[in-house]
Amino acid sequence: LKTKSGITDRVDHLLKSYKKIDEDLFEELEEILITSDMGVQTTMEIVEDLKERVRKEKISDPLEVKQLLMDKITEILEELPDSKINIEPSPAIILVVGVNGVGKTTSIGKMAYRFKSEGKKVLLAAGDTFRAAAIDQLKIWGDRVGVDVIRHQEESDPAAVIYDAIQAAKARNTDVLICDTAGRLHNKKNLMNELGKIFKVVDREYENASKEVLLVLDATTGQNAVQQAKTFKEVANISGLILTKLDGTAKGGVIVGISRELNVPVKLIGVGEKMEDLQEFNPQSFVKAIFGEA
Amino acid sequence: MVFEGLAEKLQDTFKKLKNKGKLTEKDVAEAMREVRLALLEADVNFKVVKDFINKVKERAVGIEVLESLTPGQQVIKIVNEELTELMGTSQSKINFSSKPPTIIMLVGLQGAGKTTTTGKLAGMLKKQGKRPLLIACDIYRPAAIKQLQVVGEKVGVPVFTMGDKQSPVDISKAGIDHGMSHGNDVILIDTAGRLHVDEELMDELKDIKNDVKPHEILLVVDSMTGQDAVNVAEHFNEKLGIDGVILTKLDGDTRGGAALSVRAVTNKPIKFTGLGEKLDDLEPFYPDRMASRILGMGDMLSLIEKA
Ligand SMILES: Nc1nc2c(ncn2[C@@H]2O[C@H](COP(=O)(O)OP(=O)(O)OP(=O)(O)O)[C@@H](O)[C@H]2O)c(=O)[nH]1
Ligand SMILES: Nc1nc2c(ncn2[C@@H]2O[C@H](COP(=O)(O)OP(=O)(O)OP(=O)(O)O)[C@@H](O)[C@H]2O)c(=O)[nH]1
Ligand SMILES: [Mg+2]
Ligand SMILES: [Mg+2]
Repeated sequence: LKTKSGITDRVDHLLKSYKKIDEDLFEELEEILITSDMGVQTTMEIVEDLKERVRKEKISDPLEVKQLLMDKITEILEELPDSKINIEPSPAIILVVGVNGVGKTTSIGKMAYRFKSEGKKVLLAAGDTFRAAAIDQLKIWGDRVGVDVIRHQEESDPAAVIYDAIQAAKARNTDVLICDTAGRLHNKKNLMNELGKIFKVVDREYENASKEVLLVLDATTGQNAVQQAKTFKEVANISGLILTKLDGTAKGGVIVGISRELNVPVKLIGVGEKMEDLQEFNPQSFVKAIFGEA
Repeated sequence: MVFEGLAEKLQDTFKKLKNKGKLTEKDVAEAMREVRLALLEADVNFKVVKDFINKVKERAVGIEVLESLTPGQQVIKIVNEELTELMGTSQSKINFSSKPPTIIMLVGLQGAGKTTTTGKLAGMLKKQGKRPLLIACDIYRPAAIKQLQVVGEKVGVPVFTMGDKQSPVDISKAGIDHGMSHGNDVILIDTAGRLHVDEELMDELKDIKNDVKPHEILLVVDSMTGQDAVNVAEHFNEKLGIDGVILTKLDGDTRGGAALSVRAVTNKPIKFTGLGEKLDDLEPFYPDRMASRILGMGDMLSLIEKA
């Protein structure tokens, strides 16, 4: 299933076909980076940096360029703050936000499974009261994993669901409360403001809880993901990213550009639709995956 | 945004082109650099950009500058024409079978908007006096069937379901029989989202196709998709032979370069666009608007006037 038609083949092929390092080589390298969704600006900066190093360190073997490139991208990703999910000390609350269809609800199911396996008491809140059958979807995930789901009627006030869920979490001594929210495009002011209402409830009702606000991004998304991250960060205290659908052929290179511009770490990655398909993010393995070596 | 300045950049570039008899290769190359960057930033696939730029160059180099237009205006005109042409013509209609029911199947990646769009299409067809039926063939995603039922109810269209224990092939066959005996003249099949490289699930679609022989197979594509859009479209088209594309989530602020990529590799028309989560947020596809959107120039014509 996982045919990572790696950039690696193309990079290797490219570097082998050159006898010396020249402009043409860099231009072709640029091409390859852009096709991973890294974006024009980020790509050019990376390539400029490579040129600089090649010049300074008097590197002449094209084959050495690959390692330099991987190091550079790893370096960008490693500049980010700690990438562990912060659910200590208990109790903790995790809010999951993002645009439509990126994988929020699924990632919540997967996280619930993970935390429960670690022996935590987990509770879910069905804060998407808008999309058709979103509540049922989360409930099925809850049943699958074996955790309860606090839910109201469709079209009820999401902030009220979160309020109830917090009270339930307190009463039950829950370790981790994970809240689903409706998908919303970042350019829709009214929907973004609705998030503010939810945050207010959390701050007021669960002051002492460890908090995570996770933005879910779809690895298939192109440059718009940068815009999503920027705008969500403006209205919400985004503490981490979840990058989903990395099991496809998309490389998720946009995350490199996002890391350059915003100081938000990727905390988890989604690699499938099953509950086990969630992994911690590791810059080295991610770069290897981009280059097809994973 | 990075290329909000494209219009100005182009104008700058074009200022240097004034008062020349013929556009030289160098003149054009300079302008094409800016266009190329704008297209890439808009997520148009790399190869598609390359071909496009070459085509425009070919047309533009050596062109005699007309008295009525500046050289810049002329290049923009060519870019605009070529881009609009690449986007295809407006063909926002369903090809109805002369022998009803017309069977339409929606396919695509996870979360692209298939189920929502199935509802939107059904609502639209109903308004046109048709009697649609929806078939719930997503047996995998939690509550996918329920979602389609809710959507169907909202637009007042019946939904055929058989739970999630039967195969999608059996469900679609039974659903069509049901529709035939209930006088439904259009049948829409909602399928599960799947990766284009998932052989097993792609085969499942092929099996449905072979069994029910749909009149329209529509690929639903998220307009925010990046460089990978070409691979997705290519795989789905090779496997199934799609008849058209529906582009969703255009109510966002994406440039939507995926539209151009998908169109270029499949050569199939983009039939409709999704512009919101509500079930009447479905619009025809306008190639010229899409072209300007991708280039990040709200109004190409006003630019030509200024250039
Ligand atoms: N292949 C793959 N599919 C995924 C992954 N994560 C989620 N999905 C699928 O993507 C689709 C959308 O996932 P959801 O969890 O419903 O997304 P959402 O963000 O909650 O969607 P809305 O609530 O409608 O905005 C579903 O079909 C999921 O099964 C992943 O990591 N890989
Ligand atoms: N803003 C916006 N949202 C849309 C549009 N079309 C669909 N959506 C939303 O995108 C999300 C995914 O839509 P679905 O219809 O469930 O997508 P799907 O392709 O059926 O997903 P799977 O069955 O999981 O593969 C939902 O939140 C929809 O409300 C659109 O045109 N604009
Ligand atoms: Mg959801
Ligand atoms: Mg669906």
